Amino acid sequence: MVMFWVAVLAISILLYILLDGFDLGIGILFGLTGSEERRRAMMSAVAPIWDGNETWLVVAGVVLWGAFPVVYATLFSAFYLPLLVMLAGLILRGVAFEYRNKTERLRWIWDAGFAGGSLVAAFTQGLMVGALVEGLPITDGDYIGGNFGWFSPFALLCGAGLCLGYTLLGACWLVKKCQAEIRDMAYRLIPYLAVGLFVFLIVVFAFALAEHLRVIGLWLDRPYLFAFPAVGAIAALVAASSFRHHQDSVPFYMGALIFAAAFGTLAISFWPYMIPFSITIDEAAAPHSSLAFMFWGEGVFVFPLMLLYTVISYTVFRGKLKSSETHY
Amino acid sequence: MDLSALLLSRIQFGSTIAFHIIFPSFSIGLAAWLTVLEAMHLWTGRPTYRLIFEFWLKIFGIAFGLGVVSGIVMAFQFGTNWSVLSRMSGPIQGPLLSYETFTAFTLEASFFGILLFGRSRVPPWFYLFSTAMVALGTTLSAFWIMANNTWMQVPVGYVIENGRFVPNDWSQINLNPVLWVRFPHMVLAAYLTGAFCAAATGAWYLLRGIFPAEARVMLRMGLYFAAVLLPAQLVFGHFNGDYIHHYQPAKFAAIEGRWHNEQPASEVLIGIPDAETETNHYAISIPVLGSLIASMSLDSKEVGLTDFPVQDRPPVAIPFFTFRIMVGCWGIMLLIAWFGSYLIYKGRIEHYRLLLWATFLSFPLPFIAILSGWVTAEVGRQPWVVYGVLRTADAVTPFLSAQTVLVSLAVYCIVYTFIFTFGIYYIYRLLRTGPVGSLGLPPIGAVPNRPMSVINEQPETPTSRHVPAGE
Repeated sequence: MVMFWVAVLAISILLYILLDGFDLGIGILFGLTGSEERRRAMMSAVAPIWDGNETWLVVAGVVLWGAFPVVYATLFSAFYLPLLVMLAGLILRGVAFEYRNKTERLRWIWDAGFAGGSLVAAFTQGLMVGALVEGLPITDGDYIGGNFGWFSPFALLCGAGLCLGYTLLGACWLVKKCQAEIRDMAYRLIPYLAVGLFVFLIVVFAFALAEHLRVIGLWLDRPYLFAFPAVGAIAALVAASSFRHHQDSVPFYMGALIFAAAFGTLAISFWPYMIPFSITIDEAAAPHSSLAFMFWGEGVFVFPLMLLYTVISYTVFRGKLKSSETHY
Repeated sequence: MDLSALLLSRIQFGSTIAFHIIFPSFSIGLAAWLTVLEAMHLWTGRPTYRLIFEFWLKIFGIAFGLGVVSGIVMAFQFGTNWSVLSRMSGPIQGPLLSYETFTAFTLEASFFGILLFGRSRVPPWFYLFSTAMVALGTTLSAFWIMANNTWMQVPVGYVIENGRFVPNDWSQINLNPVLWVRFPHMVLAAYLTGAFCAAATGAWYLLRGIFPAEARVMLRMGLYFAAVLLPAQLVFGHFNGDYIHHYQPAKFAAIEGRWHNEQPASEVLIGIPDAETETNHYAISIPVLGSLIASMSLDSKEVGLTDFPVQDRPPVAIPFFTFRIMVGCWGIMLLIAWFGSYLIYKGRIEHYRLLLWATFLSFPLPFIAILSGWVTAEVGRQPWVVYGVLRTADAVTPFLSAQTVLVSLAVYCIVYTFIFTFGIYYIYRLLRTGPVGSLGLPPIGAVPNRPMSVINEQPETPTSRHVPAGE
């Protein structure tokens, strides 16, 4: 039962990272371009699905609360300020989708909200992951770090890294989804972003080695974990080859695979901890009666339906965006 | 933790949830009404119903969108500000709220897409089905929220193990009779909100002499519906009073403004409660009525606040007044709905401009009633967060500082004011423009899961009017 909810949680978080990842990434790219035409194309590429993507964040949040209340309570209160910033960013970028074309004069406000909101949401998410990897100051199950216990150069580095990663995913989505000029622009950006991300990974790794982060020791203890980076590396190679042959769909899937591999590496290297090195999965799990109540309804019946809905939504909106499809 | 972090956290939770509740309570009622309109359209074939449907669908979109955006915050706030509560009651509240996300959000999100621009792609009965599914989704969401809140009001079906609430009887939690009077009370309130917004809009158009056909339908449906629902709401309101009387006597005494035990008890109609002197100033009360309302008897003994230690009493003035505001709103709505319905039945309402004005101006009443009702329930529950078991003061995140909460409170206030102002402005603009018919054409620029984009009135290029949505 506990393992089932670990799996649901992992799937929800991974789906969130992949889906809202490209969507936030496009928000960041949106801020980097000035042309109204490109901006419209970018928005149209995510418009029909962004809301559904974000729902996975709520799903992950409530699964965490229901199945692992200790983690929900500890992490969310420890990340008070980053979560505040993330939520404000998500709200502003969300309404920007809807409001920006209601006005010409004030459009710059919503544009700034969309780009800025996407950027800070991505950054704070990376920052929180970084802080988790490094280990939050927790003694006897209580967070003792205060307002800025999550703050560290490593966390900031991870924040910047995730922005880069999301932007890369976003560019891959534009290649998959768009045509002509906007696609070419994304193609031009991808090499820089990919190299940037690669450099980031090396820096993070060096940093982790230099700081003697505990996670490094775990990797050495569990050599099978290197399967994940290997998958990531293969995906990167396939992406590079498809990039050269301009196979528009492939880079996105390979990008997603790289993200999944990174997620898998982290998730499994923390095993059996839920909050690294202080709270284990079993310590965090809700009582059996809670897990069973969730399992026999939402777990067995509704969760598969939710996955199905997501598939349907993406199937309906598959294929390239036509120029007439610019929704604005 | 200092005291002001607690107070600020309470202010923050109260204001963000108050902001949030406006939109769901509006959209639950509207979704149900849209279902009725679509069914009427299928049944009678009258295009007016269709026109009104398309019109209110746009407004529904904005309310729905703002509800979604403000709802995400709620999913996080239990953890950020109330970590002790979420750790202790997570095994019960967590599953209840996760059921909300799983059952309601999915249903809403997937069928809302069809609602917005699937009309040409699905058979009429399926479109009606989709409308009903959206309505069902919003209602399910309300159910789980009420289940969650009811457990905090009247905790049942649990044992305390290792400092946390461990559920041992889910059927008791979900079939709690208290839940089954509070949930209908909330749904009826939401339906009344929809009814009064429709009627007010109809009255507005009649006063301005525009869209008479649509306006009459809105006014008639809204007021007739409200005229029937309002007495039912009184019945469920009374049931709510019964559960409070039974399970939360201190809250009951606070609402009644009853400081001392009385037998038979009088009913304080109005007055100013004073916690210092433990009396009411300028009180107008009716003898015996208090016993009659509380226990349906002429000589029952009713407990007063002084029966409870000071630290176990809720603040008195807030629930006392908000309850009266709620009942007052109900009374005004009843007058308007009954008198208006009578005039419509007689076919004379359009000659009574004063009543049209009253109906038009009545649209804030259901919102005020809902907000004040919630304040009564939540403030009246104090000083407990889980009634009788966990105090609010013990539930807050222990290491939170006042400055931190002040920052977050300020951020939420600014962001919400900002998006609320624009959202309301767009709703107003839509309502003012009215149901101008582009019947048969799908909404311009409509995209599923992007509810608020249906409100585009002016397409950027005239040609895009001919582009089927989503193509």
